[in-house]
Order: sequence, then C-alpha cells, then structure tokens
Amino acid sequence: MANGNGLGASRDLALRILTPLAVVGLLVVIWWAGVKLTATPVYILPDPITVVAALVRDWQILWPAFLVTAEITLVSLGLALVGGSIFAILLVQSRWIELAFYPIAVVLQVTPIVAISPLILIYAPTTQVALLICAFLVAFFPILSNMVQGLKSVDHNHLNLFELYGASRLQTLWHLKIPAAQPYFMTGLKIGGGLSLIAAVVAEFAAGSAGAGSGLAFRLLESQFRLNIPRLFAALLMLSALGVAIFAATSFVAWLVLHRWHESSVEREN
Amino acid sequence: MSSTPTARGMTDPLDTPVPAMRPLLAMRSVSKLFSNGTQALADVSLTVRSGEFVSLLGPSGCGKSTALRIIAGLGGVTTGSIDWPSTRINPNGKPESDISFVFQEPTLLPWRNVFENVYLPLQLKGISRRAAAAVVDDALKTVGLTDFRQAYPRELSGGMKMRVSIARAMVTRPKLLLMDEPFASLDEITRQKLNDDVLTLWAETGVSVIFVTHSVFESAYLSTRIVVMKARPGRIHEDFEVNRGAVRDEEFRTSESYRSTCERVSHSLQNAMHGESVRGKALHGAGAH
Repeated sequence: MANGNGLGASRDLALRILTPLAVVGLLVVIWWAGVKLTATPVYILPDPITVVAALVRDWQILWPAFLVTAEITLVSLGLALVGGSIFAILLVQSRWIELAFYPIAVVLQVTPIVAISPLILIYAPTTQVALLICAFLVAFFPILSNMVQGLKSVDHNHLNLFELYGASRLQTLWHLKIPAAQPYFMTGLKIGGGLSLIAAVVAEFAAGSAGAGSGLAFRLLESQFRLNIPRLFAALLMLSALGVAIFAATSFVAWLVLHRWHESSVEREN
Repeated sequence: MSSTPTARGMTDPLDTPVPAMRPLLAMRSVSKLFSNGTQALADVSLTVRSGEFVSLLGPSGCGKSTALRIIAGLGGVTTGSIDWPSTRINPNGKPESDISFVFQEPTLLPWRNVFENVYLPLQLKGISRRAAAAVVDDALKTVGLTDFRQAYPRELSGGMKMRVSIARAMVTRPKLLLMDEPFASLDEITRQKLNDDVLTLWAETGVSVIFVTHSVFESAYLSTRIVVMKARPGRIHEDFEVNRGAVRDEEFRTSESYRSTCERVSHSLQNAMHGESVRGKALHGAGAH
C-alpha cells in the first residue's frame, strides 16, 4: 500500500478517483452510442445528452422535489439515529425491558412498510408526516439492532475492570459501553442512511401525493405516466446523487470517529 | 508460619517490621463452586501481609486465577470469607480503593490514548483531568512511557501495552496489586524486563503483590513467598517463604539462592501435579462405567 511517501499517496488517491470516473465515462459513451446506433426512440431510452438537457430544462420542477425528498430522508434518518440509540440504551438496561419491547420492534421491522403505509396515511395529519413516519420506521431498526448488539458486545475484561474500580452504571455506560458500541453504531448509520432514502421513495410511491409539496418519487411516476422519459432519468439521476451524498457523508462520519483507534478505519501497516 | 519473623533484605521496602507483620487480607476456608458444577476452590485459607510479594503457582485449573478474582471482589465465594483487617470496606462489601488488578491481557480501552487509559481509574473516582494530570504523568514516567502519552493502544507493542496496564493499576496508589499471569503472552526478554520493573515498583511503593503465574522461574525470581496450588479441586499444596533477604539484581539469576528456590518450587509443583494425575486417573476410572 502506498501510504509512506506523499507522492505515492497522492498517486494512489488520483487512481482511486480517476479509475471509477473513467469507467462511468466509458459506460455513458456506450449508452450514447447504443442509443444512436439502434435509433431507439426517446420515449423508451433517451441518450445521455437528452437526459442532461432535461435535467437543466426541468430544474425548476425537479429541484424543489429534490429538496422535499432530501428533507424527508435526512429528518427521518436523524430521528431514527436519536430514537434508535436511546431505545437501544434503554433496552440493554434490563433484561425485562428487552423482553417486553424487543419483539414489538421486530414486528415493526418485519412488517413490509408499504403494507402499513395506507394506515399511516390515514392517521397522520399530513402526507409529509406520513412519509416521515414511514422512512423513520425503516431506518430505525438497523440502527437499533446494531446499537443493541454493540452495547452488548463489550469485552468482559473491560466490564471487570470497571466493576473493580467501582464504576457506576452511568459511568460504565458513558465511558465503556457507548464508546465500545461506536463501530456498531456506524454500521447502523450507513445501513440506515441508505434505507431511509429507499423508504422515503417507496412511501411516496405508496402515498402518491401530488401537487406543490411532492418529492422526486412523485415526479418520477408523473414522468412515466406522461412518457416524459428524459425527465424520469433526470429525477433518477438526482435520487442517485442524493444516495451517493448520504453514503459519502455517513462514511466520512464513521471514518472521523473511528480512524484513531478502530481496525475497520485504520490502514494496514505492511 | 505466620509466627516466623521475616528477615528482610536491603531492597525490601518494608524494612520496618511492624507494618510488615500486619495482615492485609485473610482468606478463611474459601470455597468456590461454579454454576456448571466445577469446584474451583476448596477450603483455601491464605493470609497476606503488607509488603509481601506472593506468587500463586500451579497447573492450569488449580483455581489460582479464580482465587485472585475472588480477592478482587469479582464474583463472590460459595463458602468461607475474606477479611481485610486494616482496610476500610465500602457498602458493597469491597475494600475501598486499595486494590488494583492487572489482567492477563492489557485490557486497554482502544478508543483512549495512553494518558486517558491511565487516567481512567481516577476519572471513575470523579477526579478532574487537570487534577489527575500530574499523578498520571508520574505513573507513566515510572513505566517509561512518558513519550507515548498521546499514542493509542494499537500503536504500541505488547510489552508497552502491559506497561500502560501496570501504570493504570499503580495510578490509584493501591495497597494490594493483583496480577493474573500478566506477562504470559510476552516474549522472554520483554518478560524479564517487566519482571524487573514490577520488582522496582514493589520496592519503591511498598505495595503488596499477589502474582499468578505458571512459570517456576518467574515465581522464584519475583516472590518473597510462593503458594503452590493443585487442581481438581483447587487447593493449596504448599506455602513457603523464599529468597529471604535476597537482592534481586543481575547476579541473582545465577545465584545459588535462586537456583535452590527454583529447585524447591519445581519439586513442589511436581508433587502437586503428580498427586493430581493419580487422582485424575481414579476419577476417570470411576466416571467411565
């Protein structure tokens, strides 16, 4: 691994950025050439230039929709992070709490969210809140289960150490269990980040909400009905961009927290 | 043997005879039965006096680590009791802040750097980082890791991690240091160096040490007293003082005194193991039908 000298490191970085870019560029060229050579009509598969043109032309429609979807995704992820962590900490406090509440959490998780979304749509005051609840429920569980796992996988010798020094429950939680659960929390964060976007889109499909406050998923469906396939692709592109941004952000946070000590974020030294 | 006045050498920290005679802890007929039916300890009585360096030596399964954990208050006794004649006992029934434990593994918190790891016991007592800094730095200095105070455990060698673990144990200035085969996984050279470091700490601080090991040489080199244990069930086979008045230095390892101690310990351990194997066969035969 090139981690010793700066020249090697920067070359390594350049390769890591350039290689996937080159592959993507190649695929786009193949896409463009394929569409042109087979003369595929634009309502079946538009070429990449048409898609970019649609993105620019429909920006006034797509950008507000993007903001709506991004907001639902990020707020639900945030709520799931806070809720999942707090619930996990409560669960591991006592066997009885866990016995009582964990099954409910599991039932919520294994029930397909699309199946309960009609109910949520009825009960929630607005469609936005309904979408938020759906996305929250989906992102909540991986964060909860990872956090529970992490809080429980504390090294027994470390627990002995804390007992020996007369640490209180709160001290053990704060100085031992929560730091020890960080790698698990980060796994939950990465999974939850991806799932919350998926859930936001699926919930919006299910809700089928129209009008001013609608998100990218609705614009996607609308484009399909109108056979405006270039705009559909443009919306898809924006969803991908949002997904990539969330993935990059969660990975960065995980690296930031773990890189000083955890094996998963430390470069191998040989 | 508790009536024997101990003649102590120049390096011995407790040259003054009065505190040396005071029992620090007394295990009285302690038995420990694990929930899976294993009799880990049977009727173990052991008195440790201030300033002693006691090694618990024996084959695996003789309950030496269990005895250490019971003394530390990690898991209670099945029958018998442990008395702390000269120590304040907190409401949990544990001796207050006078015991430190060095585990077989360094047991450092990987997300804390060296300084923060050593600071941990003081932090748990509610001492602020600023107030503890001098004490922590002092502890790091005694184990020679001042330059590594900002390093993380993963950046340290096995021997250095163990030094951090020892510094963490000493930072509370304990009266009793319990060590559970602390150097078992280290190479011979590192182990000898750390043995000398522990002896220096013992001499300078006057801490009592109970040291669990399976090495005859280690116990013979370090101890003022060796307790040989035997297995199934774990009990004390022999308990004797060694190295009376010896100065542990470079020459000690080649001295007649060290050699005879090794021989005596080795012989005792063989007796303990031999008794065990005869007994083991008998048990095996009985269980085979």
